[in-house]
Amino acid sequence: MTSSILSVPQARLEALLAGYQREVGRRRRQSLLVLAILAILIAIAGRVGEVDLANLVDNISNFTSYFGRIIPRLTISHFGADVADWYWNISGWLKLLLDTVLIAYLATLVGACGAFAFAFLAAANLAPSHSLRWCIKRVFEFCRTVPDLVFALMFVSAFGLGPLAGILAIAIHTFGTLGKLFTEAIENIDMRPVEGVHSTGSRFIETVRFGALPQVMSSFASYTLLRFEINVRSGSVVGMVGAGGIGQDLFVAIRKFYYTDVSAILLMIIVCVAIIDLATERIRHRLSGQDNGK
Amino acid sequence: MSTRRIVHPDDTAAVLGRHRDLFDDSPLRRAATLAAPLGIAGLAIFAVWWLAIPFSQIGPGLASLGKFIALMFPPSSGGHLDLLVKAMGETLAIAFLGTLIATVVALPVSFLAARNTAPHPAIRFVIRRVLDTIRGIDALIWALVFVGVVGLGPFAGILAIAVSDTGALGKLFSEAIESAEARARESVLASGGTTLLAVRFGLLPQVLPIIAGQILYYFESNVRSATIIGIVGAGGIGLQLSEQIRTYDFDQVAFAVIMILITVAAIDMISSKLRLAIIGRRAVA
Repeated sequence: MTSSILSVPQARLEALLAGYQREVGRRRRQSLLVLAILAILIAIAGRVGEVDLANLVDNISNFTSYFGRIIPRLTISHFGADVADWYWNISGWLKLLLDTVLIAYLATLVGACGAFAFAFLAAANLAPSHSLRWCIKRVFEFCRTVPDLVFALMFVSAFGLGPLAGILAIAIHTFGTLGKLFTEAIENIDMRPVEGVHSTGSRFIETVRFGALPQVMSSFASYTLLRFEINVRSGSVVGMVGAGGIGQDLFVAIRKFYYTDVSAILLMIIVCVAIIDLATERIRHRLSGQDNGK
Repeated sequence: MSTRRIVHPDDTAAVLGRHRDLFDDSPLRRAATLAAPLGIAGLAIFAVWWLAIPFSQIGPGLASLGKFIALMFPPSSGGHLDLLVKAMGETLAIAFLGTLIATVVALPVSFLAARNTAPHPAIRFVIRRVLDTIRGIDALIWALVFVGVVGLGPFAGILAIAVSDTGALGKLFSEAIESAEARARESVLASGGTTLLAVRFGLLPQVLPIIAGQILYYFESNVRSATIIGIVGAGGIGLQLSEQIRTYDFDQVAFAVIMILITVAAIDMISSKLRLAIIGRRAVA
């Protein structure tokens, strides 16, 4: 039997092998360099961040026992009574949870409307004025970089305790993030319909309404729904600084070591977020399906 | 002579008449298009009523907000520049180490949570639910818990970011693994490689650039979230920021916010450069 595999001349083989080794060596050196930089950064960050592994090892039992303590005692024989005892304040918490969801809803609505109004002026392909576009982009950046809790703290001082401060704080943050996402969606549209509408002599508003809006509407809706889900999560936190919602009760429960209350409230938040997650995902899939169908 | 029909622009009635079907929707469809905005507005009105939004507070609130903003100028460090710089450094360290630990934990876990690499559907289901649970709890709540475990300071913040991001990154990584092409892995298996080799040479090269991009993105967003967890005493600039707001030192608030803005902008720039470099390399390879 003769082999039909072509054998490469020895000299050529060596040259090829050397080239291969060189290439592999180069990549190895590159990876090593990256690893070394990473190690130095870890060392610096560990010092600055006061990482104390001994402390963690010593106290990790606190962490595990914490979860042991927040788990309620449920016995099969008195299951109903135990659950009732665990959720002793269920009606109050449900009310606060609804507060939280509604805070997130209003904040998303206000933020999305604001972002919708300004995104068309900030998109590179539609913006009527360059300097206006630059300013709006900086405003978006400011609104999404400053943490919503900082806004919440300031608004609590200005508007008093209550949901209004939370709504405004989350709305401003939503305005910044959605503004950026909306702008990017607009910058990716097909310009032909826009030019078509523009060539008929329409004004800016009409160009946007009939040329750009139909293309971006479904992605806008999808981004807004995604944001709503994130806002429910932040809505459960702004209460910690007194800006309404279930966060206040959770904060008190954690700080005062009402262990079973912590798990009861956390479980409610998690279930609520999961339900909203599922519902918005359904709607988003539908919206994107509509898009593909067009 | 041209035989083209010329439509006179003033003859709108005729044009409309020819395209009646475009403008006359069925009443049902009209109701459907109206239902969504009406539902949204109705829910908003209900929310305003339920939360008892005090509209009378808006006027005085805006006035005092205006006062706060006036107090912000000129921004000043209040003589604590070194303290603020150190706090900002802590913030960066928290974000960096938090993201790193989350990545190291999430990467192996994500293989167990991805449909195409999970050893058993039951394991996959359990891990997915655990990741969802971790993700459902905000980083700030984790920070509160960890302050109780390791005491006040940035270490609690690092652990909080690490845990809450493990949930998010685990989900994203497993989705990246699921969307990877199976052919490369199959060919490694077909040439006699073990499952481990197939993952190493058939899967990792595909998902690594995607994962690296996501890690960078999360690092950016963690710099933002690390600026707030100080509010509960978990290190970083949030502690100073919340104290200054509570004591109405708004010139120092403005200074700290400007520091955050500059740092975040710098980090964004660096990481977008890095991301481009990584994606560029993938395009070449």
